[in-house]
Amino acid sequence: MRDPMDSKKPNRRGFLKNGAALAGLAASQKAAKGQTQGMPPKKIDELIAYGERSRFVNSIRIPVAERHSPDEFGLTFHVLTPLQDSSGIITPSSLFYTATHRGSYVPDIDPKTHRLMIHGMVDRPLIFTLDELKRLPYESRIHFIECLGNRARPTHKTVQETHGLTSCAEWTGVPLPLLLKEAGVQSGASWIVAEGSEEVKGASSIPLAKAMDDCMVVYAMNGEPLRPQQGFPLRLMVPGFEGIYQIKYLRRIKLVDRYYMTYDDYGHINPDPKVAALTHEIGPKSVITYPSGEHKLSGPGFYEISGLAWSGTGAIKSVEVSTDGGATWKNADLRSPSLPMAHTRFGLHWNWNGQECMLMSRCTDTLGSVQPTRAEVAKYWKQPLNENFRVPGADNSVQPWRVAADGSVHNGLA
Amino acid sequence: MDSRKIALAILGICQYAWAQSPNYRVGRAPTPEEIRAWDIAISPTGKELPQGHGTAKEGADLFRSKGCAGCHGASGSGGHAPTLIKSDGHAAAMTCLAPCVNDSNAMAIHSPFATTIWDYINRGMPLGKEGSLKPDEVYALTAYILFKNNVVKEDEVLDAQNLPKVKMPNANGFALPPAWKHGTPRLQGYP
Repeated sequence: MRDPMDSKKPNRRGFLKNGAALAGLAASQKAAKGQTQGMPPKKIDELIAYGERSRFVNSIRIPVAERHSPDEFGLTFHVLTPLQDSSGIITPSSLFYTATHRGSYVPDIDPKTHRLMIHGMVDRPLIFTLDELKRLPYESRIHFIECLGNRARPTHKTVQETHGLTSCAEWTGVPLPLLLKEAGVQSGASWIVAEGSEEVKGASSIPLAKAMDDCMVVYAMNGEPLRPQQGFPLRLMVPGFEGIYQIKYLRRIKLVDRYYMTYDDYGHINPDPKVAALTHEIGPKSVITYPSGEHKLSGPGFYEISGLAWSGTGAIKSVEVSTDGGATWKNADLRSPSLPMAHTRFGLHWNWNGQECMLMSRCTDTLGSVQPTRAEVAKYWKQPLNENFRVPGADNSVQPWRVAADGSVHNGLA
Repeated sequence: MDSRKIALAILGICQYAWAQSPNYRVGRAPTPEEIRAWDIAISPTGKELPQGHGTAKEGADLFRSKGCAGCHGASGSGGHAPTLIKSDGHAAAMTCLAPCVNDSNAMAIHSPFATTIWDYINRGMPLGKEGSLKPDEVYALTAYILFKNNVVKEDEVLDAQNLPKVKMPNANGFALPPAWKHGTPRLQGYP
């Protein structure tokens, strides 16, 4: 009954062409009702106002299995983006991964009452309304955000499970250096503490050097105001740093002279300075999204291997792909702009011969840092490589996908 | 309007303009009350700590009356929420939340600073009524979980002056990341 290929469709076009659309709202609603084949009548207004994808497209986010959402308390924490269905480099806002503090999954903040305060070691403490921030010079930039918990496990089946805690969007807002210069940073300040306005007032310590480099206070994402799950009405962007630093519902930035070890900092405690160095920024990382776990190749022949690469310390310079488990590597083509701290799409023509094989990708960023295999990481830490080996800090290791002879694709870590 | 009033009016405008940002003339200076109300991130030096005090004994009562026990377990372990009081292996968390909190990394043992515990309770507890505890109650609850993990004595009165000085078991157990610098790899020599 709801087949959009129904022959009634051309009739609507003819109907409009005949000028009958001018016959009045009631008539057009009636006609529209007839054409939407069973949709509730009021729905058409919503569809006019804010579009929807085809009902034949059903790619959805799912909760993280290891920390299910909602949890025992009915709270939503971590939700994975469906990378296996992704194209290009922009994650649709509705599919952007989320990671939240307990009750902040659907906060209801009135932007008229929201304020941003900048204070601490500044000459002029300042408080801004959202309207005031929007009067200031702004930039739009494309950046990824990745959660430190984005860590492939042997039990994961799909790339959504192994890598679904990274997403990329266009963000618009005021460069943080501009705001900090307005406030006048005092000498001796070395960190900022940025804080949200959700129930726990989530806060992180961020190096002042980073804040004065490329951080932004953003109010828009993918051409519209931030979604509530992404920090509406205001979010801090700390490009390349792990997700928890991208403070949602941003209400306060305090300039301070030391690391504060406040709410969100607590999760970063590690006694080893080497691990600490790997726990804040995301290293060069890539993953093949097609074909990936639970995809099925229909038979031998031509396929386009497609994937994403990103780095927290620069742009992607190159991506290599192996179809033989890392024995040989071929340069992939970059299929999108390669932007600093942004997802970059890569592709490689591939003729599958129908035999079992292992697909992998690895990237190099503009600093020359190369994405390591798990074996290389284990060797660095002088630890045995087995399925229990956990990459210290942010896990940016190479992800293998095993293509079986029947065309089914499986997690190569399993 | 006489000239004196005009002069005062101009002075008023100037003061207002000064309070705004210097280049774009937007925003305003927050009042001291506005800053005080939001200034809740507690430095390891404790300089943001409000006046107040509390003991482990008072904290034990609050642990029950504020509902802490409901999520963290009556003895501070074995509940759905992270372990707060080490059980010496007697109780395991019902589910291991990420990051997994157990006997070895309960906050009183794992945190390098007692101020972090105060900060955490003050902004994040109790569940559903975050930020509702009074300073005395936060001092008391902090004292309670520190006492139950053998960090302070039961009758020790914690306040803004002595909380930052509490000797924490993991005081030296954390490393800061190297100073951040544009265009630098995360860790030199890392693959």
